[in-house]
Amino acid sequence: MTRTRFPIAALTLVMLADARGEDLVIRNAKILTVTKGRLDGEILVRDGKIATVAEKVMTPAGARVIDAGGQFVMPGIIDCHSHIAAEAINESSVSVSSMVGIEDVLNPEDIAIYRALAGGVTTANILHGSANSIGGKCSVIKMRWGKDARGILFEGAKPGIKFALGENVKRRGSAPETTARTGTAPPAFLRYPATRMGVEDVIREAFLEARQYQAGWKEYRDKVARGERVQAPRRDLKLEPLVEVLENKRLLHAHCYRSDEILMLLRLADELGFKIKTLQHVLEGYKVAKEIAAHGAGASTFSDWWAYKIEAWDAIPYNAAIMHKKGVLVSLNSDSAELMRRLNTEAAKAMKYGGLTEDEALALVTINPARQLEVDHRAGSIEPGKDADLVIFDRHPLSNYAKVQKVLIDGEVYFDRETDINKRAATAARRQALLDKQRQQQLEQKKGAARRPQ
Amino acid sequence: MIRFTAAGLIIACLAAGEVPGVLAIRGARVYPGNGPAIDKGTVVVRNGLIEAVGTGVAVPADAWVIDGAMLTVYPGLIDGLSTWGIPTRTTPTPAPPALAPAAPPARGPEDRPSTTSWIHAQDQVQPNDRSVTEARNSGYTMAVTFPTAGIFAGQGAALNLAGEKPGQMTVAGSTGMYISTGVRGTGTGFPGSLMGVIAYIRQVYIDADHYAAAKQTYQAGARGMRRPDYDRALEGVLESPRILLPASRRVEMERMIRLSADLKRKAVLYGGHEGFRAAEVLKASGVPLLVSLRWPERARDSDPDQKEPLRALEVREGAASTPAVLAKQGVKFAFYSAGVEPPELRRAVKKAIDAGLSVEDAVRALSLNAAEIHGFADRAGSIEPGKIANLTIADGDLFQDRTRIKYVIIDGVKYEPAAPRQEATP
Repeated sequence: MTRTRFPIAALTLVMLADARGEDLVIRNAKILTVTKGRLDGEILVRDGKIATVAEKVMTPAGARVIDAGGQFVMPGIIDCHSHIAAEAINESSVSVSSMVGIEDVLNPEDIAIYRALAGGVTTANILHGSANSIGGKCSVIKMRWGKDARGILFEGAKPGIKFALGENVKRRGSAPETTARTGTAPPAFLRYPATRMGVEDVIREAFLEARQYQAGWKEYRDKVARGERVQAPRRDLKLEPLVEVLENKRLLHAHCYRSDEILMLLRLADELGFKIKTLQHVLEGYKVAKEIAAHGAGASTFSDWWAYKIEAWDAIPYNAAIMHKKGVLVSLNSDSAELMRRLNTEAAKAMKYGGLTEDEALALVTINPARQLEVDHRAGSIEPGKDADLVIFDRHPLSNYAKVQKVLIDGEVYFDRETDINKRAATAARRQALLDKQRQQQLEQKKGAARRPQ
Repeated sequence: MIRFTAAGLIIACLAAGEVPGVLAIRGARVYPGNGPAIDKGTVVVRNGLIEAVGTGVAVPADAWVIDGAMLTVYPGLIDGLSTWGIPTRTTPTPAPPALAPAAPPARGPEDRPSTTSWIHAQDQVQPNDRSVTEARNSGYTMAVTFPTAGIFAGQGAALNLAGEKPGQMTVAGSTGMYISTGVRGTGTGFPGSLMGVIAYIRQVYIDADHYAAAKQTYQAGARGMRRPDYDRALEGVLESPRILLPASRRVEMERMIRLSADLKRKAVLYGGHEGFRAAEVLKASGVPLLVSLRWPERARDSDPDQKEPLRALEVREGAASTPAVLAKQGVKFAFYSAGVEPPELRRAVKKAIDAGLSVEDAVRALSLNAAEIHGFADRAGSIEPGKIANLTIADGDLFQDRTRIKYVIIDGVKYEPAAPRQEATP
């Protein structure tokens, strides 16, 4: 992925004035609320929140007005599985890397943020990769292009952690012939585990260790409460997040493919007393949808992307619809900076394959991922009290002809198609001017170096 | 130009490193480093320290006098972050015997990977290292030298670039901890990513605080308590008064500022080429910046048809304006050599001056600021009475191509850079 390439238009895009604390009315809109059906009317935004949704809202004096011109407004799209905006994805050296976190390496200047925004995405779950059984901590971000790393964090979102099962995590390292050539670690130090059985063992051992750690701290706190003077235990950044999972303070997102490994994790969770918030990819989820629903886990899957490796073979495009009908909370995700820009049409595929309704399809990329990330009180539908994260499409967003016109986050316009197009010429000119200047300087330097005595 | 007095002759005979006598530079343009330039100023040096500086200063009778009419006197230049004085390994480490088991890769923070925090630059110095003479010949009198290999590479020292023994060169030891975030690549164990490196740094400081508390409790009453295990990695970390963190891009500056705040450690950032877009962030944090004099350039062997990112073009254009932008914003910064050959450094500073930095601020960033950032401004860094007599004396404006370094004075001892070799140009 080329994440350093900046498009001409994005860089100089000037944000419209900060809209917080200012009233905004979106008029003349076909409003797809997702949770409350469709309504042709107006939205009043106050202090970055949706205040009123009605056929006619009271327009306060001095309010900014956006005329949607009869176009469609939907809630900002939410991607439950993304790896953009981060300068490291995998800490693959160890099988339990829960001490690492995406928040430490967020890159708010990754152009993929702007591109996702241009595709109507306003929120994404930035996950650690799937290189190891217990990966790293995740961050939920909003696509507030132009803000710093702290500014893009979805404030108040419950923290998450990535787990992974199957082929990726049982890869032990490079083959001996490769290591001999590259001079890296010899085969004797290959990573454990090498099988799916081993993956289960790694996760169980980690949680048993975490429980011990949890007990140690409890003992310490009890002693302190009794007035005893004792040394605090050492804080362990690896075990802390696992204790948080056990205490339901951190959401667990587990990468998985096959039905057998899915059942393994569900049973392990029941045994050790933790909850799986979402199963990610979960391409064979349709085979064990009842069990997934019984555990209360959500499923975040692809619309029709499979067969890229052996464990992704037995997949069907009906997966999302079948799991949904069996009572699983389902979302569609991208796992890709490119696919991320058109999640609306990914949702539409669930109507073709599985016969979901428009609202059910839209829910797969809005309210359902919001619930999976436990931010549904703030995002995922157009309802009073929620953040004004809104997308204006020129056509119905489930049409593949639909283009994003404007994207608002917290009532602030972060993407405007017209502004973007208008800026392109100026940016191209600036680019050319810089290139010309630097070429000229290079020539002069060469001349200067020739003149200087050696 | 130089009038030899009786005392002067004696000084001239003294070998470097012995206690020097009295020296006066009279009627020169003087940049004291802590204020505006003085025209026709006099600087008096006695016993290796600056005795007096100013316009109305009398030349002591016992002084060896240098006529400064054609000279400009600067505070001795300081490389704000350096490897000068520590020899680069020239002998390759012998390959391990084929059958010997290699050390297993680190499995986590407790294995203390890539850590040599207990190493002190002052213990690694080689006074006769080539880099010392080369730097001195280019007008440098001091370097804040660090071991640089590893995540916790080791502790720096402020060194005078002259002396016979390492002990004579050390102006201040253990000035700070050099931290780098480079990853060795896969297959070498934890940490294998930037994320892992940062997590490791966090865990080390948590462990260090825990260790310090445990040691204190043990010290207060050892009986009945299990002794804490000695941990040299944590000893080194606890000894360091500040940490040096890499940050070239704005994103990295924000990241490292947040990290140091989380660690509750005094930090200095190094790199800084996107400082021109991050002055406000730096100002708000109060964290100083060491600016690399290796300005970004297009790689010589880069594909001419490759379309470069606009950001890369903008950084190349703006990097040298960083010092001017920081000075305007009131952010403390100093320059460092970053591997640029010593004779090229003045030209690199000139680029920053061309981009708007005042000469006074440039001088300060080459002297007093480095001393302040690394905590030895009480003894060096500017031409003030009582400070170490480190001076850089040129026959004109230091930042002009034609200007030559006439003398370098370190600890009151005068060095004349060797005249550049005149080679016949073909």
